[in-house]
Amino acid sequence: MSYGDALPSLTAVDLSVAKGEFVSIVGPSGCGKSTLLRLVAGLRKATSGQLTVDGSEPGNSQTKAAFVFQEPNLLPWRTVAGNVRLPLELDRASEASNKALSKADSQALVERTTQLVGLSPEDTAKRPSELSGGMRMRVSLARALVTDPDIMLLDEPFAALDDILRQQLNEELQRLWWSNRWTGLFVTHNVSEAVFLSQRVLVMSRAPGTILESIDVPFSFPRTPRLRADPEFAQLTGIVSRHLRRAADLAGADKASAEVSDTEGIT
Amino acid sequence: MPDTSKSNLTQVMRAVAPPLILLVVLLSFWQFSVWWFDLKPFLVPSPVRVASAAVSTFGKLAAATKVSAAAALAGFAASLIAGVVIAFFFSQSRLIRISCYPYAIFLQTVPIVAIAPLVINWFGSGFRSIVIITFVISLFPIITSTTTGMLAVDPELLDLFRLNRASRWQIWLKLRLPNAVPHLITGARTSSGLSVVGALVGEYFAGFGVNDYGLGFLIGRNTSQMRTDELFAAVIASTLLGITIFGAVSIVGAFILNRWYDTK
Repeated sequence: MSYGDALPSLTAVDLSVAKGEFVSIVGPSGCGKSTLLRLVAGLRKATSGQLTVDGSEPGNSQTKAAFVFQEPNLLPWRTVAGNVRLPLELDRASEASNKALSKADSQALVERTTQLVGLSPEDTAKRPSELSGGMRMRVSLARALVTDPDIMLLDEPFAALDDILRQQLNEELQRLWWSNRWTGLFVTHNVSEAVFLSQRVLVMSRAPGTILESIDVPFSFPRTPRLRADPEFAQLTGIVSRHLRRAADLAGADKASAEVSDTEGIT
Repeated sequence: MPDTSKSNLTQVMRAVAPPLILLVVLLSFWQFSVWWFDLKPFLVPSPVRVASAAVSTFGKLAAATKVSAAAALAGFAASLIAGVVIAFFFSQSRLIRISCYPYAIFLQTVPIVAIAPLVINWFGSGFRSIVIITFVISLFPIITSTTTGMLAVDPELLDLFRLNRASRWQIWLKLRLPNAVPHLITGARTSSGLSVVGALVGEYFAGFGVNDYGLGFLIGRNTSQMRTDELFAAVIASTLLGITIFGAVSIVGAFILNRWYDTK
């Protein structure tokens, strides 16, 4: 199974995200949210239009992007520490000697990062099969964070988790973002999650895949679980939900084929 | 805990007892038929006769089994190494894969008894030819299973490796190869059984050692000399050899899967 031609296409996505901003993208299935993330990561090429990451093409830029998938996608034959270390191993060989980490340095970095995402030192020696779903997602987060990325691309990372776990990991992710201030692009189906995490929520529609609405989320950081009980929070999720509903209704109407265009300025 | 060990024993007994009882019944029936129909020993020897032949020629039988085991294991090991190397090239290029695959299938389809004399023509009669025949018959399952495993990589994991600017070699070594291990184990189980077949067929054609011969040669000689009781004993020894090699590979495989892979 490959993505191949089955990718949803994007039309007229005109969007710019500031450095250090956390933006969520919500939209009906097949609107091209995931495609957008993969374009930013440089994993897919846009057929037309322009997309820049820190002023250059996604694949070539000096900006480091990290990706967190919906599935934890851990390598079962590696321990937790081995999985978190993976990007460092790959980076070391490709970027010659000037940025190479010593073995001790990389081990320290792996330890620090696993602690950061709330894993205990004993967990690092375990294999993914010994961990719960929530723990595996923490490992997946650690694997992304270990490279000290400039941009974090998160593709529905908590979709498979139950609600309590999802809320906990939302809080952790928010804390991680607030202390490191990477640029965050977060795709989700969950409106409450989007509002809780983001400075801005984008609502996308399907066919044509485009950005319908951009909603600012004014709540100050760091945010606490109590925010979810705030009437203003409820009001805002209501607004986002309404736009999302409109996007879903639109999706039924027109199914013209479209291409990526005007994908602009992610800086 | 005595309780669980007792129930374990009952479980083992439940699994083992029915086929054992059937074996005893069949052996008795066989023994009885030989006596009742007065079958000639060179046609059908009785189980008792086979057993006594096995005991009296035990030294010869054990030595031949050892020679066959060495040939089977050498050919099997060579097919493992060559199979993984070939799968490496198959996984790296679609062109190589589609160009070579028909010949790999040809190699699998051509009857081993047809090419065995040819191999002996080329490489002489002896251990080397036998190992080559074993290698040829064991190779195909390793190639196909390992190639499949190297190609059946989760596309998201490939994305992850590419995002981290992994080289082709790193993708192969750290993703495709470990991903192929469970497939390789499946192929190796098939090949381990085939390797014994290959060794015996090879020896049947080429095993002309005076003192150093394998089970295949022994089977051929016993057949031509109408020593059917010794033939039966040699057949049983070959079967045991096959089961042992297959069992050992299965145990090693199960251990690897248990230790490094999610086997639920």
